[in-house]
Amino acid sequence: MSILDIKKLTASVDGKEILHGIDLKINPGEVHAIMGPNGSGKSTLSYVLSGRMGYEITGGDVLLNGESIMELEADERARSGLFLAFQYPVELPGVSGMSFLRASVNSRLRERGEEEVDQLSFVKIVRAESKKLGISDDMLKRAVNVGFSGGEKKRYEILQMALLKPSMAILDETDSGLDVDALKIVSEGVNLLRHPDRSMLVITHYQRLLSHIIPDKVHILSEGRIIKSGDKSLALEVEENGYAGINDAA
Amino acid sequence: MVATVETISAVEEATGKYKYGFVTDIESEKAPKGLNEDIIRFISSKKNEPEWMLNWRLKAYRHWLKMPEPNWSKLSIAPIDYNDIYYYSAPKTVEKISSLDEVDPELLATYEKLGIPLKEQKILSGVAVDAVFDSVSVATTFREELSKAGVIFCPISEAIQNYPELVRKYLSSVVPVSDNYFSALNCAVFTDGSFVYVPKNVRCPMELSTYFRINEQKTGQFERTLIIVEDGGYVSYLEGCTAPQRDENQLHAAVVELVAMKDAEIKYSTVQNWYPGDETGKGGIYNFVTKRGSCRGDRSKISWTQVETGSAITWKYPSCVLKGKNSIGEFYSVAVTNGAQQADTGTKMIHLGEGSKSTIISKGISAGKSQNTYRGLVEINRGAESARNFTQCDSLLIGQSCGAHTVPYIVSRNPSGKIEHEATTSRISEEQLFYCLQRGISEEDAVSLIVNGFCKEVMKELPMEFAVEAQKLIGISLEGSVG
Ligand SMILES: Nc1ncnc2c1ncn2[C@@H]1O[C@H](COP(=O)(O)OP(=O)(O)OP(=O)(O)O)[C@@H](O)[C@H]1O
Ligand SMILES: [Mg+2]
Repeated sequence: MSILDIKKLTASVDGKEILHGIDLKINPGEVHAIMGPNGSGKSTLSYVLSGRMGYEITGGDVLLNGESIMELEADERARSGLFLAFQYPVELPGVSGMSFLRASVNSRLRERGEEEVDQLSFVKIVRAESKKLGISDDMLKRAVNVGFSGGEKKRYEILQMALLKPSMAILDETDSGLDVDALKIVSEGVNLLRHPDRSMLVITHYQRLLSHIIPDKVHILSEGRIIKSGDKSLALEVEENGYAGINDAA
Repeated sequence: MVATVETISAVEEATGKYKYGFVTDIESEKAPKGLNEDIIRFISSKKNEPEWMLNWRLKAYRHWLKMPEPNWSKLSIAPIDYNDIYYYSAPKTVEKISSLDEVDPELLATYEKLGIPLKEQKILSGVAVDAVFDSVSVATTFREELSKAGVIFCPISEAIQNYPELVRKYLSSVVPVSDNYFSALNCAVFTDGSFVYVPKNVRCPMELSTYFRINEQKTGQFERTLIIVEDGGYVSYLEGCTAPQRDENQLHAAVVELVAMKDAEIKYSTVQNWYPGDETGKGGIYNFVTKRGSCRGDRSKISWTQVETGSAITWKYPSCVLKGKNSIGEFYSVAVTNGAQQADTGTKMIHLGEGSKSTIISKGISAGKSQNTYRGLVEINRGAESARNFTQCDSLLIGQSCGAHTVPYIVSRNPSGKIEHEATTSRISEEQLFYCLQRGISEEDAVSLIVNGFCKEVMKELPMEFAVEAQKLIGISLEGSVG
């Protein structure tokens, strides 16, 4: 059974159809990449999947671990194992990072009927994971994303993914805004999270990221449709010829 | 019963009238509705008050009659009929129930959400508590500890009997009888409240909140509180309760006076959770309070911290008169309004002393169709050389139909004074909510997290034991405010 199964998905934003029928299956442990020009609908897809308000599914179905998530609210989808690393993480002024992270982890644990983690052991876990991603203690003490640099925000997203251990993670342009060294650290962090039970959908514009996080499959999204799918070499093709050179091979 | 009849006849004799003939319902010991001099005489005699006290009340009443009702604030108030109110009603002995099973489950659910310990839940809901946690004995222990330290803490009616010199000296020395419409009314008819006296160089050995938690505080309709701290003394007093409070009296008009002498410090915290009424505000409580502190001595300090979530209408400006040299006044406030609630609250910092300093941090949160106004006055007078004020006023809006207003008044009569004012208005964005939801946090918890983040600076001023509950309380007050 695939972890994520998107069937003939059409979706609209503010009454305007943006996704015109998407089919995509991701098996356990697989990493898929989505590339595509600006405005092709990549972020829209991630929002539709995670249930953001205003992103309306007009047709098709989405199964997560075999069950339709169409009727679930955004928080319910998250608790059943769907994670989105945001292209633009939002600031939560005054909200302490630690309490935010703990609230999210505990909501996940509660859902699975597991015991909530206490503050002390949680701080230890967070410190250990942060170290791997080069996140400083000072950053952990600040309010969620407030005053973080672009690159710091992206690392913080991956930290949350590490803490939440989702079964399906969508990474929306996690590489944008990262310097060369940070890209390496973050990619290594992501690679550490690759697991036979966890699948990932990596949205990116650059082959560069995919040389660190090697995908099992690459899809090209254009104007709300997947126009071509292939293996990692497809990313190289895009890099060389641009999207103009990609023809609908389906 | 006999005593009551006697009292009435004694009053009748003393005054020679009572043409309405007080047909008191002995069981509830209520005086008839309405307000006139006879009612005031009745109250005063019920409390066994000395002559000077009665005269003071009557003077206040005569003054009140001549005062116009205030109508300058941003509140829309249905007219209050002052003759349709009971001004005296002896506290009924509440019938104890035997277990929590008999308590309204809705009330228990709220206690649960607030995280109030089971023991206290019982006390708050009037369940008879077992011998080990006997509230009376715990209270007695507290009283003993306080008196060992020399701290006087008793009902104000007791203080009028036992410490008349102190009461006469300080009562209405901070809030003059004729200060405003509601304070004048309070002078005429107040029936209960607290009195605290901390002698020289004494640090009150406990938060005066602990005591209330055990004693199911009975807040009256017209409460009167007087706190005096002598040179070098300190007290922290917490009024109110996070547990929801219902009251059949619609109008509440308390007066609180604080006096801090040289090097003295008073920390006064309030958690107010009166019934706000239904979605239209119907049945909610009107809360018109006059709270003022006088920093009389050099280097004295008064801090007001308040978390206001209840009432249909709140009208309240805890203030500081900074008379002492280098005295300090602080005001930390969180006011949450939801549904049809209206709050007009803020502070007044009156700088008279050289080098006096004040800090105002106000956080207003409005949801639903509510209106939340901050109104603050900073006044630096001629003698207040190098006085300083810092004001920060932040409003957070949830939804599209609520309102937040900031009305600062600044009066500077001394050019060496420095006044800083910062104000922001923000809204909980859909983006922020979605970010939290995507992390598995429910919408209610998300709002609570964001709102508590917004008012963190104020919450940290609350006594520890209440901060956690107050945080939850804010979350509960905003339930159902989004989506
Ligand atoms: N609220 C909206 N109303 C109307 N159109 C919208 C709305 N939000 C997004 N769109 C449109 O949907 C299309 C897809 O946008 P989306 O953000 O998904 O693109 P993307 O592939 O993520 O682009 P980028 O590479 O720049 O991040 C764009 O044409 C965008 O203008
Ligand atoms: Mg995008």
